[in-house]
Formats: sequence, C-alpha cells, structure tokens
Amino acid sequence: MVNVMDVREEEFINPGTRMCSGCAMALIYRIALKALGPKTIITVPASCLTVLHGMQGFCTTKVSVLHTPFATTGASASGIVASLEEKGLADEICVVAFAGDGGTADIGIQALSGAVERGTNFIYACYDNEAYMNTGVQRSGSTPLGAFTATTPGGKIRPKKNMPKILEAHGIPYVATANGSYPLDLYEKFQKAREIKGSKYIHILSACPPGWGYDPKDTIKLGKLANDTGFWPLYEIINGKLIISKDSKKYLDPSKRKPIQDYFKAQKRFNNISQDEIEVYRRNIDDLWNDFKRRLESQ
Amino acid sequence: MTQTEIADKEKNIKILTGNYAAAHAYMQSRVGVISAYPITPQSPVVEKISEFIRDGKLKAKFLLVESEHSAAAACCAASATGSRVGTATSAHGLMLMYEMLPWASGTRLPIVINLATRSCGAPWSIWDDHSDFIAARDVGWIQFMCEDNQEIYDTNFQAFKIAEDPRVYVPTIVAYDGYLLSHTLMPVQLENQENIDAFLPPLKHHINLSDISQIKGVGPVTTPNIIKREEGTAPGYYEFRYALQKALENSIDVIKEVHDEFAEKFGRSYGNGLFKTYKTEDADTIIFAMGSVSAQTRTVIEKLRADGLKIGLVTLRLFRPFPVKYLRDFFKGKKNIVIFDRAIGYGYEGVLCYELKAALYGLQDPPFIKGFIVGLGGRDVKGEHIIEGVHRALELSKKGEITYETEFLGLKLDELDFLD
Repeated sequence: MVNVMDVREEEFINPGTRMCSGCAMALIYRIALKALGPKTIITVPASCLTVLHGMQGFCTTKVSVLHTPFATTGASASGIVASLEEKGLADEICVVAFAGDGGTADIGIQALSGAVERGTNFIYACYDNEAYMNTGVQRSGSTPLGAFTATTPGGKIRPKKNMPKILEAHGIPYVATANGSYPLDLYEKFQKAREIKGSKYIHILSACPPGWGYDPKDTIKLGKLANDTGFWPLYEIINGKLIISKDSKKYLDPSKRKPIQDYFKAQKRFNNISQDEIEVYRRNIDDLWNDFKRRLESQ
Repeated sequence: MTQTEIADKEKNIKILTGNYAAAHAYMQSRVGVISAYPITPQSPVVEKISEFIRDGKLKAKFLLVESEHSAAAACCAASATGSRVGTATSAHGLMLMYEMLPWASGTRLPIVINLATRSCGAPWSIWDDHSDFIAARDVGWIQFMCEDNQEIYDTNFQAFKIAEDPRVYVPTIVAYDGYLLSHTLMPVQLENQENIDAFLPPLKHHINLSDISQIKGVGPVTTPNIIKREEGTAPGYYEFRYALQKALENSIDVIKEVHDEFAEKFGRSYGNGLFKTYKTEDADTIIFAMGSVSAQTRTVIEKLRADGLKIGLVTLRLFRPFPVKYLRDFFKGKKNIVIFDRAIGYGYEGVLCYELKAALYGLQDPPFIKGFIVGLGGRDVKGEHIIEGVHRALELSKKGEITYETEFLGLKLDELDFLD
C-alpha cells in the first residue's frame, strides 16, 4: 500500500486551472499525473478536462497533451502508441487517455472497445461525474437511476451502465475502480497500471458540486459516502482475478454499509428519488456485493 | 541516360492496379504509421500494404481499427506524435472520417489519404463518381485527382513532400476513380528506392509529441480573440484559420515547385502540376474535366477535331487549392468551355462547372460556359455522351443562350416503364 510519503512531490499541473472549486476531477488528475510521472503523453477528448488544460498557447500540464474530438479517445491513444512503437519509444513513454463518462460510456465506447480489443499498450482513465457536466449537466449512459439532470428533469429512469464490467469482458489485464476521495488508492492504481503491458482501464468516481448539487467543501465527503454506502466499491481485476481494495473491503459485510439514503440526501440531484427507486438501489448494491463474495470464494 | 540505366528502368515497369500503385507509393515513401478500415473499392491498398509489412518490405505500424472515424483519429494522433502517416478510403469511409478532416488541417498535420472515389448512398452504390472527393472540398485539405495509375504513384510522393513542406503543413488527398483506376491494370514505372529517398527525405514534423522534452498542448481551446499573458500571446481561432487559408493559397507555388523537381528527377510531368492541357494550342473550345472523365474525353478529341472543331481538353489535377490565377490566364480569350462533372452540388449544378464559372468572374469577353452531369454511381461515360454535350453546348453558345437547368447525359428515363 502506498504511503503518503511515497507520493511524488513534483506537481504536473500548474497552479490556477479553470476548474470549478471543489472539482474532484482536478484532484484526481493531479494525483494520477504524479503517479504517472514525466514520461507520459496524455490524450483528452472534449470534456471538463479540456477546460482544465486552458487556452491555446499555454500548456497547463508538465506533460504533453493531445486534444482530440469526442468520439476518438481510444483511437487517438492508439495512434500515439503506434507512432511511439515505430520510433522505438513505446517502452519508455506511457500513453494515457483521460475522458469523462459521456466520452467513455456513450460517444467514445466504440473507439475504446476497439483500442482495448487490439491490446493497445495504454491506460484509459474515465473520470465519471455521471453526466455531461461540461455542456451543462445532461444525462449520459453513466448517469445513475433517479438522478436529476437538465435532460432528465423527472429523474433518470434507467440505471448506470457498468463500464468496468464491459471492459473486463474484453479480457484486458487490468481493470480498476477508484474514487477521488481515496487519493493513495488512486495513486497506487495508476502506478500499477503503468507497469503492466497491454490495455489498462481505471474508472474513477468524480464528485461534481454544480452537477450533483452540493457545497464544494463537501467533495471528499460525497466520495466517501459513495464508498461507505457500498454504491461505489473500490476494486481491481488483475488478469481476471478480483481484489477488493483496502478502503472498500469491510463492506463485504452488509451491516457495515451506511444506508444509501445518506448518499442521496447529501446532494440535490436525488431530491425527487422515489421509494421504489431506493429499493432498486438497495437490491442492486446487495447483488453487486454478493457477486463479489461468490467470486472471491470461487477464485 | 545510358543504355544500362534505360534497361534498369525498364526492369522496374510493373503492371499494377491503381490501388497497388498507391500501396507501392506508400511503401516507397517509408510511411511510418498506417491506420485504415476496409471499404470497397479501396481495400486492396491496405491489403497490399499488409503484405509489404509481412514481407519486411515496409517497416510501418499498421493499425487495423474498428472504423474510418477511428482510422482518421489514429492518423491524426500518430502524425502529431511525429510519424509519416497515410491511410486510404472511399465514399462512406471518407464521410465517417469527416469530423477528423478539419481537425487534421486545423492542427496542420501532413497526413495523406488515398481516395478511391465512389458514390455516396443512399441508395447503395459501390461504383464510381466524385461525390466523396467533392465532399472534402471545404475542410482545408490539398486535393489531387489522378488520371492514370502512373499518376497515382507519382502524385503520392509529391503529396508527402508538399504536405510536409514547412511552408505548407497541410494534409493531402490523392484521389483516383474507383474501379476505373483502382481495379484496372496499367503499366507503372516504379522508381529506385534510392532516388525516391533523395526526393522525399524523412519527415521533420513541427509538432512531434514523441519528443517529451518539449511539452506541448496540441489542439486546445481557442477564443474569438487573441489572449495576451505574461507567458506569451495566444492566437484566436480566427488567426489560426487565416494561417490555414494562406498556407493553402501559398501552397500552389510549392506544388508547382515539387512537381517540377519530380519531373526533372524522374522524367514525368503532369502539365504545369496544376492542370494538364491536350491539343489546346489552337483551340477555341475547351473541355474541362478531371479523372476518368478526362481520360474518356481524350479518346474523342481527335474525332471532334476531324469534324472541324478547334477543340482541346484541360484536365484539372489540383482541385484544392483551386488554381484560380492559372486557370484565368489559360482561359483568357477562349470562346467556349464545356464541363463534364462526375459530381453534383445538389440544388445547384456540377461542381467543376460552378467552381470554374466563379474563377473566371470578371474576365473581359468571358468564354461561354456550359456544364453537364455524367456518370453518377458508375454509369458509363461514353464518347458519344461527350460528343453530344459538346454539340449541345456549341449550339447554345451560338444562340447565346445561358441555361440554368442541370442536364444529365446518359440518363435512361425512357427505359423506366413505371414512369409511363
């Protein structure tokens, strides 16, 4: 387990980005870049992260970034990797795609699926703030059941797409979940992914004050509630083997989990969630963890 | 040239399809990354390249991606990382790439696309016309249209050299008619690798993300205005796009220069590099066309001249940037222009027709211009259609009658019995 003293001191994001205050993604990106180090090339589709990188002529990060249209993240990373392979630099430089949930679960899923099916040697990180936040909070395939967005004013009627499961089904060597409120866990996962050859996928819950409707000071609290209620388990699947991460392990015991309402009450987007929907959540969370248990016992 | 040199050259003549001519050119251009997706009639280009890679003749990374959109995106990324990059596509493939076309030109990435032209559905048609080529007109690419397989081979080397010229840095399309060239065997003079290498040195890219000592943000947000800060001044979108337009305008000199250098080194030229002329010296009537339509027209010029017409042919080679100045100089004083278009600007008229009309705006005593649509969706363009068009145009010219109705030659409405 990474200790806080192990975290690289050097910063790779210059101070003064254009992110909203309380943005979990800014924190996630900062920690991830520290874990990845200077020999990294990033590619980013249209997303809040585009905004973080600032204006033409000024590079906010201390690693190079290739911006690319929305649907292309996986393909863009593939192109960078191919060029580095041609130049014999592929073992030295790590290629990382960093996209939002819409860019991953919706418009970018084809290019992502293609890239990992080809075994492209790269890390794909999805920071999941559960809607199209950059365009003003519209629903995505990753928006959870019952959540208010500008295009689901009555609450979303379908559950969230399970991207880690879809990526796992591609048979890639490394799939992990992470959460902006657990930076050391996040750091370790990026470090680990950097050392593994092949396609790596890290799906990170990223709390969003304006999109979720809470006070920016509560970002860490929101992420923690997602973990503590069992809604967002932290885990890794390394070559098919499931490992529940340290910060989530105790929630294999359902009595340790906080009620899901605690998570809903802390944010305005779930103001109108129905009792029936809460029941669906309870059932789904139980099913998710029971599946984990069975899998851990059988492997 | 000595006798041995001539004999050596002759040994290097291969019978190739247009697609294989393009594949050979990619191999000899030492393309570093290729990313493509299969589509008829382009697929043999990338199949042949796969064989070259398997046989160790080409040391390139070949990305077999899951769509043309991804192919184009991967090409952009590989180019920005510093590799020489090429792909090939047709019709719907180019349409799917469309989003990435202005992205590539806006980022000034010297990518080359070989386009085996094909009509765009619906309804489905895998056969030839220029509607895909025309659709890429307004996205800031250089566009060549070839007339035979030798020209495909030769133009590819020129395309890389032009696109990679620091005065240009603009992506380039090398197009040729699907099936009519893509699948037709013709003798192609291949050149020695040594000579090609001398003509086309390795790419010196202005971006090159693989050099991680230079930290760059490529393609981020711009604003309507210029941003000034202590760290420097960032141009607005407007300035970027102005630079692209100027690069295209100025590229005409580079295109001519590269063409002339190629002609000197390899002994083959294509008119002035922008368009080719055939029997135009004494001609007062000029046919204007490109690609396979021109090839077909060439065969009937003799016949028309035998009938007493002073007629010649201009084949457009460079469609974008449109060589306005050179076309105006050429057409000054000509009496009639007959244009045959294998693509239509729907709701208006044939594309070459309105492009040329606009180019000749303001000429004193301008030529009479009449355009026809031919060969959409692979309908045969026959000599008789060209002859019919020429006579019809001359008849209108004599009467001074300007028509705005689009005329399709070779239509067979009379064979559709349900129209009765």
